[in-house]
Amino acid sequence: MSTPIQMMPSQPSKKPAPKVQKEDAMWLQKEMINANYHELATAHERGKKVSATFVPGNLNELVMCFDFARSLPETNALQNGMRKKSGKMIMDAERDGQSEDVCTYVKADLGMMLGGEIGPTGEKLPTPDLLLLSYTGCFTFMKWFELVRQKYNCETVMLHTPYQGDGKISQSMRDYVVKQLKESVIPTLERVSGVKFDIDRLRQYMKESARAEDDLVKVLQSAKNRPSPIDGYFGAVYYIGPMFTAFRGTPEATQYYDVLRKEIDARVRDKKGPITPEGELTEEKYRLVVEGPPNWTSFRDFWKMFADEGAVVVASTYAKVGGVYDLGFRHDPDHPLESLAEYCLGCYTNMNFPQRIDMICRYIEEYEADGLLINSIKSCNSFSAGQLLMLREVEKRTGKPAAFIESDLVDPRYFSAANIKNRLESYFQMIKQKRSVAGAAVAAH
Amino acid sequence: MRCFIGIDLGSTTTKAVVIDAQQNVVGRGITNSRSNYDTAAQIAKQEALVNTRFHLFREALAKSGALNGSLEDFLAQLERDFRLEQFLVQLSDLETTSIRNTEGSRFGDASKAVASALTEIFKRLTTEAPELFAPGAKRKSDFFRDIAGSRYLAIGDEVAKQGGVRYDMLCNVFDRSIIEVENRVYGDAISANLLAALDRTFVAMPETASRGDAVREPIKSVLDTALEETYTVGTGYGRARLPFSKEHIRSEILCHGLGAHMMHPGTATVLDIGGQDTKAIQVDKHGIVESFQMNDRCAAGCGRYLGYIADEMNMGLHELGPLAMKSTKKIRINSTCTVFAGAELRDRLSLGDKREDIMAGLHRAIILRAMSILARSGGIRNEFTFTGGVAKNEAAVKALKDLVRENYGELTLNINPESIFTGALGGATFAYRAVVEEGKTVEAR
Repeated sequence: MSTPIQMMPSQPSKKPAPKVQKEDAMWLQKEMINANYHELATAHERGKKVSATFVPGNLNELVMCFDFARSLPETNALQNGMRKKSGKMIMDAERDGQSEDVCTYVKADLGMMLGGEIGPTGEKLPTPDLLLLSYTGCFTFMKWFELVRQKYNCETVMLHTPYQGDGKISQSMRDYVVKQLKESVIPTLERVSGVKFDIDRLRQYMKESARAEDDLVKVLQSAKNRPSPIDGYFGAVYYIGPMFTAFRGTPEATQYYDVLRKEIDARVRDKKGPITPEGELTEEKYRLVVEGPPNWTSFRDFWKMFADEGAVVVASTYAKVGGVYDLGFRHDPDHPLESLAEYCLGCYTNMNFPQRIDMICRYIEEYEADGLLINSIKSCNSFSAGQLLMLREVEKRTGKPAAFIESDLVDPRYFSAANIKNRLESYFQMIKQKRSVAGAAVAAH
Repeated sequence: MRCFIGIDLGSTTTKAVVIDAQQNVVGRGITNSRSNYDTAAQIAKQEALVNTRFHLFREALAKSGALNGSLEDFLAQLERDFRLEQFLVQLSDLETTSIRNTEGSRFGDASKAVASALTEIFKRLTTEAPELFAPGAKRKSDFFRDIAGSRYLAIGDEVAKQGGVRYDMLCNVFDRSIIEVENRVYGDAISANLLAALDRTFVAMPETASRGDAVREPIKSVLDTALEETYTVGTGYGRARLPFSKEHIRSEILCHGLGAHMMHPGTATVLDIGGQDTKAIQVDKHGIVESFQMNDRCAAGCGRYLGYIADEMNMGLHELGPLAMKSTKKIRINSTCTVFAGAELRDRLSLGDKREDIMAGLHRAIILRAMSILARSGGIRNEFTFTGGVAKNEAAVKALKDLVRENYGELTLNINPESIFTGALGGATFAYRAVVEEGKTVEAR
């Protein structure tokens, strides 16, 4: 999902031997991501079919049962964003007729296609053989694949996930998704791949998933410690990488999360703060909960604005877009299809406003956060809508201060560093001021 | 005397406020921010300290009773004379600098002619200078660049025509020289200028000359009092340029919140419209910020919008409000883009709409943007305090009053005549608290 190597100033430029040590999990993650791009690039020459699917509600375990190489367009876009390649792609897509207001993930992807599908690592990515549209909360996903299909004329299968408008998953919703899996998704996967579906293979992958999910949750929840050993937003981007993309269900992912958890456990024992691009954070001054994805094109600068002020994100909703495992969900090998349905239905992007608000309030309380920060995404109409309402409700319920900034996913033109820094600093000082007033009030009694 | 200083380094102007050990405001200073925050901060501070001297003169002279009955007139005259002295010192510097800038090969054969034209221009400028500072004289601006610039260009035009010198050469010399001159700080000249001004004042007000010594004595003793810069707090966009540690820096949100509270202790909601920011701030009964919202991504609807319009209309910024107040007809102008508003303005003019009606529409457009940011921050609560440079504009205030009444009903609207100094006052109050309440000492950067 990202390239931790450039982000770790203490790292030597040569790869160290893969021994278990402090940054091993991150090294491992980079190797995995790069390996997947290589696998994708060579899939067709190795006689493998290629599927493309989205992160929220992705059916990785199922897709693996049919030997597909797996591409995730959002991840490609954000990888291109982090590697400073998305700006040109977006402009190319705009020249091709996409308007300025269209989701910039979409435009980065379309721009990449126009540029000959050269992927983030420089290798040419293959044309997908199948578009698996798991429709979870984002209407744009559907339009996105419509455009891709138009261009490549490839097979498409849709899994429609009903929205949790009432804040709960009913049996009929579950049945509806399972029915689609049985009647439409699995038969299409079989036909395109030529591989027969084997439910035991799915169960085996799911066993791996559940183990890795346990470890991921432990890692994310380690932020309840003071100081937090991780950054639950910027750092979590690395931690969720394998889980949310093409690796969930593989033994490599299980191993990755095992290494990661041990590493973080050690940091907890040593009472160490998170590692940031600028080195280890030694003094934790602010603990925040963040809603909304980070900006990818200025990821490091953005993180630095927090780290410089001693601000640590202890929990973020973004680290849950590919599964809200911390609220209890696990892939269940005993009920494979039902569990896939449950997974898709339970995605953060498929939750309604009261659920999102509840989750944030819960994080503020459980992680002893100082407040909520929303990074609202300019080009994401479906997800940014209602965020101000959420902010106000969270403020009201928790009594903790909240702040709102705006940037974009992968359009470098929409990251105004001076303004964002200005607002962030104001927010941190506001927290500090409120805290000192509260402290004085306590002292006075 | 201990002075607690707040400096607000805004995008358009830089303001400074001095408060004494009893938290009384004793001095205010303002200057244009130029492109050099270091100088702007120094000059604003110096202006505020000069203003502090005048404050002390008033106190000392009131106590001595030497000017019974004519104290205010005397001080007003003294201040005008002081400004004149200051102007003349800078003018003479500008002349020397300009002549120096004609040397070399830039103007070729014309060098001599340009130099003698300059001598003539400055002769006339010096001769007419006292008129510029006469009682009741109207100036478009109080900043040296603006006063000297507009007169230089007007006189330069005449001189060029009469002397057969190219006007553009004269403009070129001015542009080059004014930057040098406005970036010099004339700290040493203050006492000398004041004493010279005093002589002028005695001439202008002969009836006071008879009491010369009784007046001179308290003034001299004030001039001998050292103004100790006990602690300075900086805020605004240029804050990082101040030669102090982070401890001396506060976000403008906090400063505006506290400053508004100091001016009007009943303040609950603050609206600040500055050059490039619009801030809506909610404060508690102690002036502590509870939440805030600012314009994001775009500064249409801020002070600069008016600046741009003033340029388009070839008017002074301060002339816009009075013109708009003459409006008799409502005209709707968009507020989403400053440049578009300029186009709309031309379109309206070509359709035959009156300038004052268009101006009123523009002012309303700004306030409509502010209303939306206020709504984002949680709405307007009683009392409501409007600050920033735009609060000085009567047409903007009128539009705000109308819209507040329409949307929130009747509530107390505070507009302080010194509202442009709100952020600096907040800063000065923080400086006072740092020393008196927290026992802090000055930390260098």
